[in-house]
Amino acid sequence: MLHPYPHETDETGPAVQLRSVTCGYDGRPVLFDIDLTVMAGDFVGLVGPSGSGKTTLLRTILGAVDVYGGQVIVNGREIKRGAAHAGYVPQLETIDWNFPVTVEHVVRMGRASHGWTPWISRRMRDEAYAVMERLGIANLAQRHVRALSGGQQQRAFLGRALFSSPRLLLLDEPTAGVDIKTRDDVLHLLDELNHEGVTVVMTTHEINAVAAHLPWVVCVNGRIIAEGPPSDVYTPDILKRTYGAEMTVIQHEGMTLVAETPHSIGRASARHKAKAG
Amino acid sequence: MFEPFQYDFFIRGLIAATVASGLCGFIGVYVVLRKMSYIGHGLSHAVFGGAVVSFVMDFNFYIGSTVWGFGSALLIILMTRVRKFIAADAAIGIITTSSFALGVALISHYHKFTRNFDAALFGNILGVDSTDLAAIIAVTAVTLGLVVLLYRRLLFTTFDPEVAPFFGVDTNWMDAIFALILASAIVVSLRVLGATLIAATLVIPPITARLLTDHFGRMMGLSVLIGALSGFFGIYISYYVDIASGASIVLLSAGLFTAALVYSSLRQRLTSMRRIAPTPSAAQTQHALFD
Repeated sequence: MLHPYPHETDETGPAVQLRSVTCGYDGRPVLFDIDLTVMAGDFVGLVGPSGSGKTTLLRTILGAVDVYGGQVIVNGREIKRGAAHAGYVPQLETIDWNFPVTVEHVVRMGRASHGWTPWISRRMRDEAYAVMERLGIANLAQRHVRALSGGQQQRAFLGRALFSSPRLLLLDEPTAGVDIKTRDDVLHLLDELNHEGVTVVMTTHEINAVAAHLPWVVCVNGRIIAEGPPSDVYTPDILKRTYGAEMTVIQHEGMTLVAETPHSIGRASARHKAKAG
Repeated sequence: MFEPFQYDFFIRGLIAATVASGLCGFIGVYVVLRKMSYIGHGLSHAVFGGAVVSFVMDFNFYIGSTVWGFGSALLIILMTRVRKFIAADAAIGIITTSSFALGVALISHYHKFTRNFDAALFGNILGVDSTDLAAIIAVTAVTLGLVVLLYRRLLFTTFDPEVAPFFGVDTNWMDAIFALILASAIVVSLRVLGATLIAATLVIPPITARLLTDHFGRMMGLSVLIGALSGFFGIYISYYVDIASGASIVLLSAGLFTAALVYSSLRQRLTSMRRIAPTPSAAQTQHALFD
C-alpha cells in the first residue's frame, strides 16, 4: 500500500465540488443528484460497472456534459457548459493511432494554447523534455505514438497533461489494457505526483489496484453509492449495490481484496443438486 | 521546351495552377486527417451553387461563393460535432448536394447565363485572368499566415477535438477558421481545377505525403511540394499532350501517389524481412544445436 491516507497539502479547500448535480447528454440524464467534494491534494478513484457514469462524472468536472441541475465548482469557479482547464488523460481507445504525431508532438500539445508561433520557446522545449525524462519516455521523443507499448503510450498522454502544469489531474481508465507491472508503475507515478500536491481523480475497473494504491474511493452507478477509504467502502453490500453482483471481501495483511463469488450454473449446478438430494 | 512561356495566358495559368495546387495540398493535410476527404468534393459542388446564386443576385463571385462555401463547411462541421450519430460523409452529402441542387434549379429557372458554368465544373486554365491570379495569391498568403499563427491549436484540434478544449484551445474558433480557409481555397481554385476535380488536389497530395512520413510537419511540407509539382508539370504536360489542365494535374498526382504506394509497400516489406531474419548469433546458436 502506497498511500493509506490523504496527505497534508499546502493548498486548502476543495478542488472540486459537485452540489446536487444531475447531468448527461442530449437531454438524457446519466448521473443523478451527485454530491461530491474532492479536496486539494486528494487522490480519488472512481469505480463502478461499465456504463455507470464514471467517465461522465470526470467530464462533468471538465464542463463537457450538459448539467440539468445543481452546481459544478472547480478550483473555486463555477463551471458552465464549456471547458474547465485541467490536466486530462482520455481513454487511449479514443486516440487515432494513425495520426502522424511523435511522442514529443503529443507532449507539446499540453501547451498548444500558449503563444502564436508554430514552434515553442527553448525554455518550454526544455520543460517538455524534463516531463518526458521524468516519465521515462525522453528517448522515445521522436517515435511515432503508434510504435510504443501500451504503458509508454499512457505515459505520453500523461506527459501531455503534465506539461500543462495542472493542479488538478483527471484520468480516464489510465490502467486499462496494460500489464500488472505497467499498471503498478503508472499508479506509483500518480502517487508521486499526488505527493507533490497535484489533486488526482481517476476512473478504473481495477478495484483491487485501487484498494492497494488509493486512499479514497467513490463507488458510482448512476449516483454515488458510497465514498471513503477502500477498507470502509469495499463491503459486500456496497459492492453489490454498485456492481449488482455478489462479491467476497477479504482482509489480508492489512489489504482489502475483492473476489467474485463463485457460483455453479448449468450441468454443474444440476449435478450438485442431484448429489445433495 | 520554353516555347509555351512566350504566351502570357500560359504563364498566368502555370502560376495559378502551381499555387492553387500547393494551397490545396496544404489545407488537404487537415482535410484528410480530419477524415473529411469527401468534403472537398462536396464543397466544390456547394460553391458551384453559391456561384450561381451570386450571379442571379448580381453579386461578386468571389465574395458570394466564399460566404456560401464557408456557411456550408460550417454547417457540416457543426452537424458532425453536435449530432455525433451523423457521420461526416453523411453531413457532407446532405448539405453540399442540396446546395448543388439549388444551383442547378436556378440555372434551369433563369435560362440566360453569360458565364460559362462548364469552366466552373471542369476548370479552364486559359480563362485565368489577373484578378483570378491575384485572388489565388491573396488567399494563399492569408491561409499561410493563419496556419502559422494557429499551427499548434489547429494540430491539437485535428488530432483530438474532444480533448483540446480542456487545454485551452477554442475548437469552435478553430473549426470556423478552418471552414473559412477551406471554402476560400476551393473558390479561388475553382477556375483552374474545376468543381469536379478539386477534391483530388485536396486529397491525393496529403495521402501521398502520409505514405512517406509519420511526422506532421514533414507531411505538410511534402503535401505542398507534391501539390505544387503536380500543378506545375500538369499544366506543362497538358500544353503538349493537349488534354484538359485539371485532368492532367490530377493524373500526375495520382501517378505520384502510385509511386509512393509502391515505395512504402516495398519499404514495409524490407523492414519486416529484416526483423524476421535471424541475427548472426541466433543463426550460430541454431547451428550449434543441430550440428
